[in-house]
Amino acid sequence: MGMFILRRTGVMLLTALCLTFIVFIMTNLYPNLEKLAKNEGNFRMSDAEVASFLSNRGYTQGKLHNYGEWLGVLPGYVIEGVDGKTRGRCSNHGAILENANEYCGVLQGHWGFSSRFKEPVSQIVVTRLGLTGKLMFWVLMVMIPSALVIGVFAGMREGSRLDRSLSSGAILTTATPEYVSGVIFIAIFTSSAVGLKWFKGSATSAMDHATLENFLLPVLTIALYGMGYIARMTRASMAEVMTAQYIRTARLKGVSFANIVLKHALRNALIAPFTVIMLQIPWLLNGVVIVEVLFNFKGFGWVLVQAASNNDIDLLLAVSVVGVVVVLLTQLISDIGYVFLNPRIRIS
Amino acid sequence: MQNLTWTGTLGAYINPFFLIALSAFCVFAVAAAARGFSRADGPTLLNPTPPSIALMGPTAIIGLVLWLLSLTGLAPFAILALGNMWLSLVACLIIGLAAGFGLFQISAEVIFKLVWSAFYAALGLFTIYLIVGLFVAPETAGILGAISKQLIPTWIALAVTFALSIYFKRGLGLYGKLFDSPIGMIGLALVLFWVFTALFGAGFDLIATHDPLGQVSGMKNKHPGIPLIRAQEGDYPYYLFGGDTLARDVFSRAIVGSGIVIVIAPAATVFAFMVGITLGLPAGYFGGRLDTMLSFLSNMVLAFPVILLFFLLVTPEIIESGLPNYLAVILFVFPVVFIAVAQYSKNRLKPNFLTLQFPIMLIISIWLYLSLVSEAGTKIALLPPLLDLFDVPSEVLVVFVSVVFVNSPTVFRIVRGLTLDVKTRDYVAAAQTRGEGPWYIMLWEILPNVRGPLIVDFCLRIGYATILLGTLGFFGLGLESESPDWGTTINAGRKLLSVYLAPPLVPAFALMSLVLGLNLLADGLREESLRD
Repeated sequence: MGMFILRRTGVMLLTALCLTFIVFIMTNLYPNLEKLAKNEGNFRMSDAEVASFLSNRGYTQGKLHNYGEWLGVLPGYVIEGVDGKTRGRCSNHGAILENANEYCGVLQGHWGFSSRFKEPVSQIVVTRLGLTGKLMFWVLMVMIPSALVIGVFAGMREGSRLDRSLSSGAILTTATPEYVSGVIFIAIFTSSAVGLKWFKGSATSAMDHATLENFLLPVLTIALYGMGYIARMTRASMAEVMTAQYIRTARLKGVSFANIVLKHALRNALIAPFTVIMLQIPWLLNGVVIVEVLFNFKGFGWVLVQAASNNDIDLLLAVSVVGVVVVLLTQLISDIGYVFLNPRIRIS
Repeated sequence: MQNLTWTGTLGAYINPFFLIALSAFCVFAVAAAARGFSRADGPTLLNPTPPSIALMGPTAIIGLVLWLLSLTGLAPFAILALGNMWLSLVACLIIGLAAGFGLFQISAEVIFKLVWSAFYAALGLFTIYLIVGLFVAPETAGILGAISKQLIPTWIALAVTFALSIYFKRGLGLYGKLFDSPIGMIGLALVLFWVFTALFGAGFDLIATHDPLGQVSGMKNKHPGIPLIRAQEGDYPYYLFGGDTLARDVFSRAIVGSGIVIVIAPAATVFAFMVGITLGLPAGYFGGRLDTMLSFLSNMVLAFPVILLFFLLVTPEIIESGLPNYLAVILFVFPVVFIAVAQYSKNRLKPNFLTLQFPIMLIISIWLYLSLVSEAGTKIALLPPLLDLFDVPSEVLVVFVSVVFVNSPTVFRIVRGLTLDVKTRDYVAAAQTRGEGPWYIMLWEILPNVRGPLIVDFCLRIGYATILLGTLGFFGLGLESESPDWGTTINAGRKLLSVYLAPPLVPAFALMSLVLGLNLLADGLREESLRD
């Protein structure tokens, strides 16, 4: 088990390394750098000005070298620019350090500085992740119980009318991506054209103070899309368990149906959904980005969009590291959890 | 001219009945659900509850009372005013819930019969609008009827397809079996509806009423059914779903937009399958280092948040750098390899094949491949313009490539898993003993035997590709901002959503119905293929 976790962590690090390198290369393509320079400086810069702007700030040293600096395995640059100012990677936004030839990359805990927000990246990521954490918490609180309840009810009598109607509902929610259900919710519950106005169409105020009025719609929008899939998996697993021999034995002994479902079947039926739920979390990330943009909730997903559309290199790299870690960590947890829940499986 | 209402003058006669049927459906459905949950039935095997015939009388009366109750809730709102209808629907839900919990005595059979008859009544009344609309002027049958009239080519094609398929269904294999399952049939109908609408609407321009990009001054932000200002002779006199923020016809945009989705989503899925199959089969069959490497690569792509990938890949700067074109060169080579290897491994011993057919086939497919990837003016201009068969605009290419890129690792994983499972079967061993080459075994022994799950996944994946396309449009990536595709239209319309509902809602419901159709179709296919 220890070996397994160690190996998975190694793979995780390798994947994160490869992916950040790809992101790094893509954000450092010259057209992207040009956009960055024009965003930072002014939009009427000539090509020569762009070139000197970039070389002053160490962008043209060679991709591998720059990546090494970001990672913290190469010392940060110190460049005396053509405009006479001396700039260093480790001192871009403060006083120049004494020993300028220092390593300051991710390994040293230095995540860089966001060109879009003018703030240290680590600070942005932490605060925004906190906000998205709040959103995700409520999404999971809504999604998991309702998906499990629907799945168990549908699966306990396979082929019954209850099963048919719940399964159709589940298919409907999986067919409705967040940007469709979100738009429909906003149209029905917030617009002046329909006139209900029960909720708010913007969740900006939910960042400080979440209430039912400003937070229900975003949560519901994300939860609905993921719910159908988990419910279907739970249903399949429940239906399989209900055909098992020991359930039939319990029935023949005269155990009541409610007891069969709750005490005998449920525990075994919840093994598969656990894996599905963990693997669903990275997919929720997509929904989070869409919903945060749609409802203007300035969390992690919103930051991702801002970083990407402004080619904010340091921020994008940090965002992709977080994304990759979330994906791989949930995979790891689902594998380990599976072993604990199902003693028949051994990881060698 | 007056605004067109949703149901026209016909609505005055049918709307009340339609509302009654709809509210009755709501009440009974909630009552049925509430009853289902409120009663913990034992297994029917042990304590069967006989259908209580004695209770039929009271049941009918209670049903009537419920119905009247919902009527009183609805009577003041008989006019089809959306806000009020929602309130009355909520009232129905509450009444039905209370009724369902209170009336334990009604037998479940009766409630379900009531639910279905109310449903069919509502559906039938709705169909009346559509059918009558085919024959009368828009003013009589309203917006619904007018739309139905515009869709005549689609209706005819749908009817012909269904009639022929049902007539010949025994000889049509898995496709024919689909017509035994209601779910599969509904799914197929929805999918075919959009396929035909795209074909006739975007392909032959028979359905759209106006130019999807044409702006008419004075038609900005208008509600559905608005008459066209300064209509000339031969112009369609209405904007059926109103005008959007740039004074374009919402209905025509949704129709023409379906063409983009219906072409790109399935095509991208086909390419993703080609990539996934061509790499997944050898990874599963040979295993070893090849498998480790390919699996690592696919896991890496899968670990990337999809939206981040889109944002990195589909920007004007990246398109300028030519990266999508290079990616296209790599990804689009797989179909050529797939077809070449498949044909070579099967027919290489036939006379004339290697000297005549194979080279011709190879040349044609390579030519098509080169025409697809090369485009004058970009980094990849491999063919002289004279030989270049078709031009794919670079913003469409980049959208296409990124959807293929995101989907192929998942297909790879599925194919690899299926191959691992199947390669230990006897028929594979038999082929090995016969001395067949590995590629013959993979493509002509293993692949046909795993087609069932692959077909089901194919349907689901087209739906997913549609969602991805919409996501790209929603973030304004890729296609031009005036493109009529659904995602872009939703994005453009959501800014004024609180006042003008139609511009974003029409494409939203269109996208939802297409994806729903594909999911139902996959479900039907899965059920029917499991039945064998």
